[in-house]
Amino acid sequence: MDVTKGFFGRSRERDPRLPPGQYDTGSGWPVLTAEATPSIDTADWTFAMKGLVGQRTTWTWDEVQALPPSTYEGDIHCVTTWSKLGVSFAGVSVDTLLAAAGGAQPSATHVLVECHTGYTTNLPLADVTGGKAWLTWEFDGQPLAREHGGPARLLVPHLYFWKSAKWASALRLLDHDEAGFWEQNGYHDRGDPWLEQRYQGD
Amino acid sequence: MVAITQEAPNAKTFRLALPNPVAHLPGQHYVVRLTAPDGYRAQRSYSVASAPEASGEIELTVERLPDGEVSGFLHDALEVGDELEVRGPIGGWFVWRGGEPALLVGGGSGLVPLMAMVRHARALGRADLLQVVVSVRTPAELYYAAELVGPDAPPSPAVTVVHTRVAPPGSARPAGRLSAADLPAVGAGTTVYVCGSNGFADAATDLLLAAGTPTEQIRVERFGATA
Repeated sequence: MDVTKGFFGRSRERDPRLPPGQYDTGSGWPVLTAEATPSIDTADWTFAMKGLVGQRTTWTWDEVQALPPSTYEGDIHCVTTWSKLGVSFAGVSVDTLLAAAGGAQPSATHVLVECHTGYTTNLPLADVTGGKAWLTWEFDGQPLAREHGGPARLLVPHLYFWKSAKWASALRLLDHDEAGFWEQNGYHDRGDPWLEQRYQGD
Repeated sequence: MVAITQEAPNAKTFRLALPNPVAHLPGQHYVVRLTAPDGYRAQRSYSVASAPEASGEIELTVERLPDGEVSGFLHDALEVGDELEVRGPIGGWFVWRGGEPALLVGGGSGLVPLMAMVRHARALGRADLLQVVVSVRTPAELYYAAELVGPDAPPSPAVTVVHTRVAPPGSARPAGRLSAADLPAVGAGTTVYVCGSNGFADAATDLLLAAGTPTEQIRVERFGATA
């Protein structure tokens, strides 16, 4: 790697929770959205598990709230180089949703996350199962704000945060990988922050 | 680094010659990566301000942020002749390819990717496809002023400058935030590109949606943190 002449950077007391190339955004929470922020009434909101599942299942807002709750406490990492450390989200585990939909069919290998805005993002099935992903509607004890994906967003905190789709409406299980919105626009298909998988080819 | 020019009191434009040029699309960005002698790195994304027609070179306009690790280095330490590690062009959504009508709405440094669109349109001879609305706090903070509103600026595209804190002397519009009256009507075939801080992007998109512009016609690029 080439050293940049004259650059020495900030303090080296680096928090071990920060993946390479990331900085701690502290109390801030940057908003990055490619679209206008939608206003979604929980009365109209639904979430579905579909595609290669046991049976297609759709939840209303009240129904999803009645599922066994699950929380995530830890860090989140955005590809635009900020990380937010020590956050907490509450919602329901994707494992719970998948089990309620009769589980994944044996041929399922990937998921495409769909959103109320039309945004999509793709993930290997293994990255949203086994306690690694949630559908969340609460952040630090408060309802998730609209600009952060409220009423509910996906949370896949071990990958870059564009995978944690705001305003999520469904998980579609597939037997192949299908590029989502940012992935079609040059971003990585998996997005592991510890491997700096930011763009296609990383 | 081929040239560094002061664009506004708090912004500089950096012109880079690329060893392996790839033509960008107006609206795309580059990642600038700085590496310290011990391997420590910092990287940030900056929009390209120049048109793709400027072959082999790109211009990045960078606002100096308070305590900005990368913008501070670029503003204070970087010199003409230095080498800089960049990666790009990146992005395929917030781009204008030159064919369709577009309304460009920028706040402050959010003008940068929109300027690439304006310059591209002029190079194509199709500046008539664009309309520009740019919001700045004071007249001195308008980037590329000579090209947009100066006496030698081309007549097209139509440019509306909204001053939020200080309006120029004799200005018909008093200083104040962007309002519905500042935005032209958006036709069915027009795409709106909104770029600026979160506060600006939210305010601008809310005005557009309230005026009946469908969500599908609006593309947004945001920067900055929420409180």
